[in-house]
Amino acid sequence: MASVSESLPPPSSTTGPIAWVRERLFSSPLNAVLTILAVWLLVMIIPALIEWGLVQAHFTAATSAECRGHPGACWAFIGEKYRFILFGLYPYDEQWRPLLAVLVLIGLIVATCMPLFWKPRLIVIWAVGLVVVGVLMWGGVFGLTYVEDTNWGGLPLTLILATFGIAVAFPLGLLLALGRRSRMPAIKTLCIIYIELIRGVPLISLLFMSSVMLPLFLPEGFSIDKLLRAQIAIILFSAAYIAEVVRGGLQAIPKGQYEGADSLGLSYAQKMGFVILPQALKIVIPPMVSLFISAFKDTSLVVIIGIYDLMQSTKASLNDPAWRGFSIEAYIFIAAIYFVFCFSMSKYSRNLEERLATGHKR
Amino acid sequence: MAHDSLNGQAPARRLSWNDPDVRSVVYQIVALGLVGLVAWFLISNTLHNLSSRNIASGFGFLDREAGFAIGEGPIDFAPHNTYARAVLVGLLNTLRVAVIGIVLATLLGTIVGIARLSKNWLIAKLSLFYVETIRNVPLLLQLFFWYAVITETMPGPRQALHPLPGVFISNRGVKLPVPADHFAFDLAGVAFLIGLVLSVLVSNWAKRRQDATGQSFPVWSTCIALILGLPIFGWLIGGAPLEFDIPKLRGFNFTGGVTLTPEFAALLFGLVVYTGAFIAEVVRSGIEAVSHGQTEAAAALGLRRGQILRLVVLPQALRVIIPPMTSQYLNLTKNSSLAVAIGYPDIVSVANTAINQTGQAIEGILIIMAVYLTFSLSISLFMNWYNKHIALVER
Amino acid sequence: MAEPIIQMQKVNKWYGEFHVLRNINLDVGRGERIVICGPSGSGKSTMIRCINRLEEHQQGRIVVEGTELTNDLKNIEAIRRDVGMVFQHFNLFPHLTVLENLTLGPIWVLKRPKAEAEATAMKYLERVRIPEQAKKYPGQLSGGQQQRVAIARSLCMNPKIMLFDEPTSALDPEMVKEVLDVMIELAEEGGMTMLCVTHEMGFAKAVAHRVIFMDRGEIVEQNKPDEFFANPQNERTKLFLSQILH
Repeated sequence: MASVSESLPPPSSTTGPIAWVRERLFSSPLNAVLTILAVWLLVMIIPALIEWGLVQAHFTAATSAECRGHPGACWAFIGEKYRFILFGLYPYDEQWRPLLAVLVLIGLIVATCMPLFWKPRLIVIWAVGLVVVGVLMWGGVFGLTYVEDTNWGGLPLTLILATFGIAVAFPLGLLLALGRRSRMPAIKTLCIIYIELIRGVPLISLLFMSSVMLPLFLPEGFSIDKLLRAQIAIILFSAAYIAEVVRGGLQAIPKGQYEGADSLGLSYAQKMGFVILPQALKIVIPPMVSLFISAFKDTSLVVIIGIYDLMQSTKASLNDPAWRGFSIEAYIFIAAIYFVFCFSMSKYSRNLEERLATGHKR
Repeated sequence: MAHDSLNGQAPARRLSWNDPDVRSVVYQIVALGLVGLVAWFLISNTLHNLSSRNIASGFGFLDREAGFAIGEGPIDFAPHNTYARAVLVGLLNTLRVAVIGIVLATLLGTIVGIARLSKNWLIAKLSLFYVETIRNVPLLLQLFFWYAVITETMPGPRQALHPLPGVFISNRGVKLPVPADHFAFDLAGVAFLIGLVLSVLVSNWAKRRQDATGQSFPVWSTCIALILGLPIFGWLIGGAPLEFDIPKLRGFNFTGGVTLTPEFAALLFGLVVYTGAFIAEVVRSGIEAVSHGQTEAAAALGLRRGQILRLVVLPQALRVIIPPMTSQYLNLTKNSSLAVAIGYPDIVSVANTAINQTGQAIEGILIIMAVYLTFSLSISLFMNWYNKHIALVER
Repeated sequence: MAEPIIQMQKVNKWYGEFHVLRNINLDVGRGERIVICGPSGSGKSTMIRCINRLEEHQQGRIVVEGTELTNDLKNIEAIRRDVGMVFQHFNLFPHLTVLENLTLGPIWVLKRPKAEAEATAMKYLERVRIPEQAKKYPGQLSGGQQQRVAIARSLCMNPKIMLFDEPTSALDPEMVKEVLDVMIELAEEGGMTMLCVTHEMGFAKAVAHRVIFMDRGEIVEQNKPDEFFANPQNERTKLFLSQILH
């Protein structure tokens, strides 16, 4: 009886497509009803969408008149306006510059996502990247014509507000987090008040504040432009959220690490810089990515104070009297842009989370 | 320190930079000083700017006549009313959309969250699709989209869509029928309250009886029967009126029924769909947080599926779910401030109009912030209380 | 022996394409105590988990106490009332006190009055020697104490059969004995049918009527404990025993 008995294939009733359908779609009467309902819903919606978006749609049209009166989507509108939607009022012939800036920003984000770059040199990469973006957008050096930031718009502006926002807010948030965990009551209280105050109010109120109150706060004759004011509001807002994420990371570091560092005689700065923060920051990378996604989505609120981001340039393109009434197409177009960015980042952060989680086990 | 004086030889303390206590005091004084300095700088600038622009600060403007109209609100408002009343209307509008939104988003989110875990492949994939699409597109864009769908693609009142009897959807908003004013409906309302009270009494009684005799009682079905049955009974006693105030087309618009304006409908729908996707993830991860071993152990004891859910899975899942759920509620409330972008007169929108008309920017923004901070702080106080309560039971 | 309390006939089970249980035939007599051993992944846990249908078998028959296990929920509930189970990771309910863990089944499944269920629970807590922990939560107990609570929880249902799924393998070494002592005591009382998946060979020698060796989803060898350890027949059994006994 020493031999191993044959491994038999499972009975056909438990594998194969029919078994799959029975198991996954009709395993109980309730499931069968749900499946039928879902299929019915899809049959109602999908053909109608295909009809509207593809079959009846106009992909090219010289004027909007060709689109009007037809039941399908007018993608010709996007073809006509996409440069304006993507780059806003930036001089038409110079639009390769914001395009390049967008690529640099995407490159920065991708680099930040790669564990290979999780070293101090990441800060250098960011600094260089942001300077390059600034040079490309403003110009005025290396023979590039100067473009005022009131003419910036569209996707680069959205990305700039989000990346600069998070990049500048990060050190601020770090300090706030350390302050909130500090043993000095005055500093701790100040940090708690700031964090809770900011997290308690909507971003819109901060944007309003920056647009109408900031000018009042500054000495007479001293003014900062609208874009910078919005950027400041986003930075102040993000810092409070970053502080809470970092605090979560700090709390996750076992007490033994603090004690170990103390027992070596390290100073507070050495303890934090060499022992605690390197570990805590690694833990907070996935939640930081989610925070970045929110910041990216939240920058759309700047339309409310009239900044020309992706959303505002879309709304402006809809105001063209020659092409009025195609908002659904326009919104779907930029929704797709937002989706591609946010979805790929969230997918990435989930993978990372799984990888880090397994790395910590045992 | 107390024990130092007891043994009579307190170590000599002198002021030294190497004394951590001294350092900490110095750091704190410096920090407070800096914050104070910045605050003083900002405030003195502000006062100077205000006086040079001839803006009187203070909340006196609230008593003045507002002079603008507000599109909708649960209480009447006319341009000759005061700013204070305008702010109140805005606040009530915020509360209205937030409360209804929270209820609907919780329902939607719970259903989708459970559907995400369904064994049914199609249902699980559809819910995943919904959650991923909605979460990765900015809410503001979604609000614009729904608003455009209602105002641009819906037909006019004369050709209004008519999906259910008495329900009309047109570019003027959504019209719903409401029960006509009748004694029977009041009776049903009272009966509903009685049903609630009786349900509480019945479940207490059932628990005591089970403790004493071991016999269980179908509490859930009884309570549902009471809460639904009594109002129907009351309605029948009142003469079972079938009169509804059904919207009717008169000329170019509808009369009767209740109206959801395009702004309110788009905002509510957008908030519910958006927050629902986040709540779905909260519910899903809460349920997944209860390990499979718990279900198995309960099944091995012979508990039925409903009992396993009620006695073992839900109590544990709720602990994980409730904290992130409240922060989603808070997010929904804060996000309702996006109303200003599509013209729903919430608190932010009203305050913004007041700022533009009076120039009282600081006061207007303080009002907005005070309102949201009150919401946030009361919810976080509740959360702290709840977490302590839970922590006590846990350890 | 009279009518067996558990009959497994030609039981087969697959996880996807993987054949986990191969043609299992096993009769367990009333009051019989069986120890099941074998390398990890050999299907021992899966086999005993089929007995109270935490896992479904795909071919063959399993009859427990004269009731065949089918998709009928009523049958499954009836069988689970008679079959207690102790898990490797205890699976105590963390949101309930020890006492509430013990009374949950008696109150909701057996419909006992609360006072009576609590009295029974205290009796069993005393038997596993931790009555003083009744008001605590599982998270406050050591692993060994938790596993003893888990055993008491099963006993409170007054089962005819007890299944133990590697009850000591998640425990720190110094806690293994306190759990084994409770199990040996339970065995020595007699009357209880026990199936125990474990590598504790000392326990097998002390209380088992029969030792079963499983490998790659099939029952390779079974015998009385002294015969089994002194004189294993199969090469795979010999290899396994040499590894486990050093």
